[in-house]
Amino acid sequence: MRTLSRTDRTRRAASGVMTMLTALCTFVAVGILLIILSYIAMRGLGALNLRFLVDTPRPVGEGGGIGNAIVGSAVLLLLSCVVGIPLGIATGVYLSEYGGGMFAGVVRFLVDTLTGIPSIVTGVFVYAVVVLRMKHFSAMAGGIALALIMIPIVARTTEEMIRLVPHSLREGALALGAPQWRVTLGVIIPAAASGIATGAMLAIARVSGETAPLLFTAFGSRFFPRNLNEPIASLTVQIYNYAISPYDEWHAQAWAATLVLMTLILSINILVRFLTRQKF
Amino acid sequence: MEVHRHLDEELDGLRDSVLRLGGEAEAALKRAMHALTERDSNAAREVLEHDDAIDELEIEVDRQCVDIFVLRQPAARDLRFVMSVAKMAPVLERIGDHACNIARAVFDLNNEPELKNHVRLREMGEIASSMLEQALDAFTKNDAGAARDVIKRDAEINELYNQIFHELIEMMTKEPATATRDARLLFVAKHLERIGDYVTDICELTVYMAEAAVIKHRH
Amino acid sequence: MSTPTQIIAPKFELSRRAALAQRETKIAVAGLNFYYGRAQALHEITLSIPERMVMAFIGPSGCGKTTFLRTLNRMNDVIPGTRVEGKVLIDNQDVYAPGADVVELRRKVGMVFQKSNPFPKSIFDNVAYGLRINRLTSSKSELADRVEEALTDAALWSEVKDRLKSSALGLSGGQQQRLCIARALAIRPEVILMDEPASALDPMATSKIEELIFDLKRQYTIVIVTHNMQQAARVSDLTAFFLLGKLIEVNATEKMFTAPDEKLTEDYITGRFG
Repeated sequence: MRTLSRTDRTRRAASGVMTMLTALCTFVAVGILLIILSYIAMRGLGALNLRFLVDTPRPVGEGGGIGNAIVGSAVLLLLSCVVGIPLGIATGVYLSEYGGGMFAGVVRFLVDTLTGIPSIVTGVFVYAVVVLRMKHFSAMAGGIALALIMIPIVARTTEEMIRLVPHSLREGALALGAPQWRVTLGVIIPAAASGIATGAMLAIARVSGETAPLLFTAFGSRFFPRNLNEPIASLTVQIYNYAISPYDEWHAQAWAATLVLMTLILSINILVRFLTRQKF
Repeated sequence: MEVHRHLDEELDGLRDSVLRLGGEAEAALKRAMHALTERDSNAAREVLEHDDAIDELEIEVDRQCVDIFVLRQPAARDLRFVMSVAKMAPVLERIGDHACNIARAVFDLNNEPELKNHVRLREMGEIASSMLEQALDAFTKNDAGAARDVIKRDAEINELYNQIFHELIEMMTKEPATATRDARLLFVAKHLERIGDYVTDICELTVYMAEAAVIKHRH
Repeated sequence: MSTPTQIIAPKFELSRRAALAQRETKIAVAGLNFYYGRAQALHEITLSIPERMVMAFIGPSGCGKTTFLRTLNRMNDVIPGTRVEGKVLIDNQDVYAPGADVVELRRKVGMVFQKSNPFPKSIFDNVAYGLRINRLTSSKSELADRVEEALTDAALWSEVKDRLKSSALGLSGGQQQRLCIARALAIRPEVILMDEPASALDPMATSKIEELIFDLKRQYTIVIVTHNMQQAARVSDLTAFFLLGKLIEVNATEKMFTAPDEKLTEDYITGRFG
């Protein structure tokens, strides 16, 4: 076994150092995430109990919970998905199928710009257009605001995922006598499905954590929602309200609510991943 | 064009081999006729000794043809060329065999009294030799026209054969003492007539190679 | 009329000629010019393809044979900036006439591509795709029958009959290509266009495809583009040689490969260029 030459040794050493550095960075990134999760869990577990999860907020000293906030968040999320995801996917499909012309170029530019708009601006916009019209806050307005945030994200990822589908698949379907729309609907979109779902999931995760737009649209409430025309509570707004209050009890509840929110988002991620696993 | 350089080299090599075979057959025929007309037993012996070389060359040409077919999959004019050569080689080898038969007859004939002016066997031999030479030229030059001209001369040989046949038969009936010699000379004439037919085959193959026209059995 | 010697003449040649004489023209192309934007890819192509025979397109890379193949089922329409002049008549109808039904054309003229492209669906759904979108069957059992028929015609049925619901992507390369052929056959086209169908396959799989073509030509008109001249010689009845976007020669295959009419053809076939 010959001994290593000097260049061999220096190369191996350099390789070792780089490996160590990258591993270190990974640990830092993952570590931070773990620290956040465990800190939240630590602070939140204290106030967490079943009553907390189903009760409505009560004045200080009387306990109370985030039941209506959980339901409210779910309603808002559902609303925004119903409006935002189809519109986003449709836009993405349009951009990928007919994306050559100038009009499509303009659309793409606008979509890209929209992804960067601060969510509070969206909230103010919906306030001006919907809330002032209706003369009161509502779940509807909140859903619309969230949808407006979702649409550009879903559109862009949908377009990218569809572009990734090999052209040969498209040709194969066309050669069988399928009209263009059928090819898109029946072959391309199913082939891009998991990618599109990932995009939708990213959008959902993003809007689940939005607070600012909801302040001007859904506003908040102490009660379980009865219809979409009324203001509605949400986890994020509730956390905000509790966190800026001067009461320790409410601070504790804020931590617990944060823990619940994080758990919900995590669960959504896992569920979507499971549902869109590649079967073919 | 690596592959095609190989193909061209191999085709040239094949052409060389078959032309060498042709040359040997030509020489064998000339030598045999010389042995016959000059009553030269040594020349006759040489013909028999060189026959092995002719057989070896035929086997070599066969091998080269098969190799080119399987390794190069020739097409169009290359295919016709190799095909023609593969069929020409046995024909040339048989011409060599007939030359040998003539040479063997010389040994026996030299023990018999000479027949003055050998009827017209010398002439027949010259026609056959020149036909073979011209046929091989036409093949080398890929000249179908020249090949067709040679085919026409086969009629002359057949004419001569018929004439010699009748003359010899007449002589055999009139002079039974020399009947054996006359019979041997008749066989020599037959060999020459067969050589004429073989040369015709060579010309037909040349026409096929040059023009892709199949003229055998049709003229 | 004919003397005994003429009848004894090559039976093979006579039967091939006779076959050609009785065949109708399935596809007639007249003066076809094709442009990618400003660049002209095909020049004045005029060609007749008889029914139920195999015609091979040969020629060096970039000679236009695949472009020409794709004009026959208007697949070039999906490429932006292309322009077609001239006529392509299938069963005497110009497929480029204004108002011509492209979807109907593609049902009649099927295509198999160079790299097999099964959909990421089950084997059954792949073959059934064309049937479903064109609504060619009226019941589940009829659909299943048609799928089985197509897979049998493509010599794939016995290998997949027990796993029709499994993913098409789990098949080997040769099987995937036969699946694509079955998918094309399911809608009962009249013409099948094949763009180098075996170029990505090993010799065993290739010879299976070639055998298949041999069987298929009893019912379908087949046009096959191939780089491999020996394949063209093995598989086709007629061969067309293309060079630089022009059609140089069309001939019976055995004549093309033993004594072509054009010098350019001979040079290509003997490997003197390209």
